[in-house]
Amino acid sequence: MNFDFSYEVKMMRDEARRFLKDRCPPKAVRRALDGEVTFDRDLWKAIGELGWTGVSIPEEFGGAGIGYEALCLIAGEMGASLAPVPFSSSVYLAAEAILMSADDAQRREMLPAIASAESIWTFALAEGPGNPSVEAIGTEYRDGRLSGKKLAVPDASTAQSCVVVAKDHTGEIGLYAVALNDSSVTRETVKTVDPTRNYANLTFRNTKAMPLLANGKGWGLVQHLLDRAAIFIAFEQVGGAEACLQMAKSYAVERYAFGRPIGTFQAIKHRLADMYVALELARAHAYYGAWAISHDATELATAASAARVAAIDAYHLCAKENIQIHGGMGFTWEMDCHLYYRREKMLSLLLGSAPYWRNRLIDELEHIELAAAE
Amino acid sequence: MDFDDTLEEAAFRTEARAFLEANAQRKTRETRAYQSLELDDAAVKKAQAWQAKKADARFAGITWPVRYGGRGGTPLQQIIYNQEEENYVVPRGVFNQGVGLVIPTMMTYATPEIVERYARPALRGDEIWCQLFSEPTAGSDLAGLRTRAERDREDWIINGRKAWNSNAHFADYAILVARSDPTVVKHAGLTFFYLSMKTPGIEVRRIKQISGVSNFTEVYLDNVRIPDGQRLGKIGEGWKVAVTTLANERYTIGESEGPDFEDIFAFARSYDWDGKPALSSDSVRERLADWYIKRQGLKYIRFRTLTALSRGQNPGPESSIGKLISAPKLQEIASYGMDMLGMTGGVMDETAPMNAWFQNALLYSPGKRIAGGTDEIMRNIVAERVLGLPGDVRADKDIPFNQIPTGSR
Repeated sequence: MNFDFSYEVKMMRDEARRFLKDRCPPKAVRRALDGEVTFDRDLWKAIGELGWTGVSIPEEFGGAGIGYEALCLIAGEMGASLAPVPFSSSVYLAAEAILMSADDAQRREMLPAIASAESIWTFALAEGPGNPSVEAIGTEYRDGRLSGKKLAVPDASTAQSCVVVAKDHTGEIGLYAVALNDSSVTRETVKTVDPTRNYANLTFRNTKAMPLLANGKGWGLVQHLLDRAAIFIAFEQVGGAEACLQMAKSYAVERYAFGRPIGTFQAIKHRLADMYVALELARAHAYYGAWAISHDATELATAASAARVAAIDAYHLCAKENIQIHGGMGFTWEMDCHLYYRREKMLSLLLGSAPYWRNRLIDELEHIELAAAE
Repeated sequence: MDFDDTLEEAAFRTEARAFLEANAQRKTRETRAYQSLELDDAAVKKAQAWQAKKADARFAGITWPVRYGGRGGTPLQQIIYNQEEENYVVPRGVFNQGVGLVIPTMMTYATPEIVERYARPALRGDEIWCQLFSEPTAGSDLAGLRTRAERDREDWIINGRKAWNSNAHFADYAILVARSDPTVVKHAGLTFFYLSMKTPGIEVRRIKQISGVSNFTEVYLDNVRIPDGQRLGKIGEGWKVAVTTLANERYTIGESEGPDFEDIFAFARSYDWDGKPALSSDSVRERLADWYIKRQGLKYIRFRTLTALSRGQNPGPESSIGKLISAPKLQEIASYGMDMLGMTGGVMDETAPMNAWFQNALLYSPGKRIAGGTDEIMRNIVAERVLGLPGDVRADKDIPFNQIPTGSR
């Protein structure tokens, strides 16, 4: 039994933690919060130089080819530091989509710039309220051109390129790469509950698009991509939840009321214990997800669904109870509690919300039962 | 990452499996249903025969030293054996306290001669042990116990009342904590003993639980005379000895029995709701997903514990949260299974699914949230020992025991 990350990967995590503590303190996150910057350009550049953006991209496509275990632990640190950079959009979604669906020539063309963080990519799925669904896709690809509107696309104010989910003239779902710096693309920045990341609506009007169809078409590709991304996002969520627990715990030790540290009250203690339990459950599922994605296991869909739900629940509990334990102070703009509270909610919606993933988990378990019965 | 055994672990697993295959019947999926948890004399006899077989093959007391009949193995080997035994139908035992708690405590505090005398009979199930710790007024606050131990030359005279003693009605021997000095602070006035349950002055009364069965007892001690030679640890250091015993307890408390996720999942797939399986309902799916996450999450948490043990490290704090997750889950599943049955959900006869497992579990699950540390005590442990929060302000701190305020219950 070796249900742990390798020594080398854990060393990378420790290094990432030190680096982000220095380069991405709450002050840096607040520059995005306060609208001074759209994202932290210098941090993004540095992350590219450190090779994090290419950690899981194979060497032949300009990455370091270290693998998904490393990406998972880096994701945890990105989540803990709330780094205001387009890491998840570029790496977990766009690069994974290209690896999954592009042919080798396309991969060679697109992936090196993602690996080096020279270009920012994102992934556009949503077209209206609701969870991922094939019926909701109206964006259409025809004769090399894409038309339609995508909503609340993460990092879309800053991205140069985008992988778009669209249907073709037969209604089949496929993935298409689009350059966003084209006059046929309209971007409107949208306000969200988390200004530390930018979101925009994208309108395509006969925009030139490159089909990524090396592995065919179908909604299954989108679902597989979301499953994979769910595991990396789960690590971000676990990282964020752990940061909330640490904040709340420190405050409970330092803050006195009624002549004693508030952490001596069971009302506070038990809340913190519940946060810890939720966090450890989420961490355990995320670890299993890391195993599944590193081994391309058949359990991937189940592992990803469970990891996502556990991580959403844990981060939600930890982020809201962190504010509660901080009391009136926690409700102020000045304290950092709300940075996590905002990010938590946005991460829980990206890729579809918890009810969707609970349902997907049970779907998968039913499939396993049916397969076993045959 | 991998979930494989090391070569040694695999060899041990093969050996354990071979023993079980030769001596027990493998569980089938269909056998999952409620089975009465009450033990009778015949069940104890069966369990004793099985325990003797295990002991002879050195699969009882795996972590015990070889000189006392153990295997001299590792905690990981114990877990591997438990994992394998889980797949077989074996009699439920009454030996956990003796093998898991009492004899290991003796190994720390008694002379080798005493350990020699009691170890093998406990291991083989010939002598059954129970624990006389908790009292009607001392549960979570165990150190507040009131049973008195008064010195009478070379003996001690014990008077008081113990409660929640599992299997005391079958036990031959017991370990006991009593108050030898009520004039000092509560933790300092305790002394630890062992004694025969046949000692004059002991009366065992069974306690009927809300599930209707009776697995534990009250034990009345009326001028029970114990020689000083049956003391373990120094006078006034009984708390320290009890803490050793309780530290061993976490190795012996297994997983809560079902119904678990897989049982309610199987039920929801087959149970018809208006012409469709109950599992097609969104509300059912939502609830079940959460229990899957707890069930599997605990499994993965155990994988992390096993990883630590496999490397010869101590398990991390994550291993302390199992009961806090599994006991409330059991109660929720029992209740929801009955909700799914709707207006007839309360029926508890042979027409109820899985031999009325949900209904029975509704009645036995509250005990799981109390036994071996209440949910509240477990949360305190997580908060204080894992997260490092300060202890509660105690109203009984620095006060002699006989001056601590008491209530009417």
